[in-house]
Amino acid sequence: MVDWIVFVAGTMIALSGAIGVVTLRNPVHAALSLVMTLFGVAVLFVAQAAHFLAVVQVIVYAGAVVVLFLFVIMLLGVDRDEANIGVEPLRAQKPAAAVIGAAAVGLLLALSRVNFTTGASSTAGAADGPGTNVEKIADSVFTRYVYAFEITSVLLVIAVVGAVLLARKPKPLTDEVPA
Amino acid sequence: MIPAQGAVLVDKAGSGPGGQWFLAVAAVLFTIGMVGLLLRRNVIVMFMCVELMLNAVNLTFVTFAKMLNDIGGQVVVFFIMVVAAAEVVIGLGIIVSIFRRRKIGTTADSAVLLKG
Repeated sequence: MVDWIVFVAGTMIALSGAIGVVTLRNPVHAALSLVMTLFGVAVLFVAQAAHFLAVVQVIVYAGAVVVLFLFVIMLLGVDRDEANIGVEPLRAQKPAAAVIGAAAVGLLLALSRVNFTTGASSTAGAADGPGTNVEKIADSVFTRYVYAFEITSVLLVIAVVGAVLLARKPKPLTDEVPA
Repeated sequence: MIPAQGAVLVDKAGSGPGGQWFLAVAAVLFTIGMVGLLLRRNVIVMFMCVELMLNAVNLTFVTFAKMLNDIGGQVVVFFIMVVAAAEVVIGLGIIVSIFRRRKIGTTADSAVLLKG
């Protein structure tokens, strides 16, 4: 019974936040709705015993990522852009989006009722059993997936360097030809 | 012995909601993000919708990790989060560098020129 309450609460938080992201006009409000969704998903993670991921979700997503979004919104000053877009460039886009969305949700819901598993046993380790969730993830990350984990650090370095390069102010153009 | 197809995903008898419920929530969340990506014009909100879709997929992975009793799903979500963080940094950097010096607004339609 408690599980159902947690599930329904998390689902309500996540889905209402998601609808808020899509419908709210002001990007700042959309970002705050995104926090709500991420928190709801974290609740659903906890409901499925993924405690470590729930914590990371709150810290990394709701903390860092959304703050980054808000920074960019403030930096660019995009509070009301969409309202005065004027002429609609693609007239059929909204009905097409509705049709595609209905088709997608129908297909995904249908797919969520069936399964394609082979029945092969786990190679990464069991999710239940003795030990905490963090220990099990650590066991898997630092043994079986250790190379992927190391490559992740390279990815992060590349992302940092790329962000610095992208955000740097370009040099002012001069007419002089360099000697 | 390999269990019959479908036998793995049958949830153990319990009081809580089964994995199918979480998968349904993830499906709805993904669709909301997709429709938002199609409907909205503000680049930053579109990017948030991409994040919604990523989260829906993460929820699916965690659900399958629970249903199949495999920690690998959660490890994959961990890596997805890292990649998503890098993606947000680079994506927002690109958005900033495109729109910072131009007074053209930040809808996706205002960036129609590749150069200039």
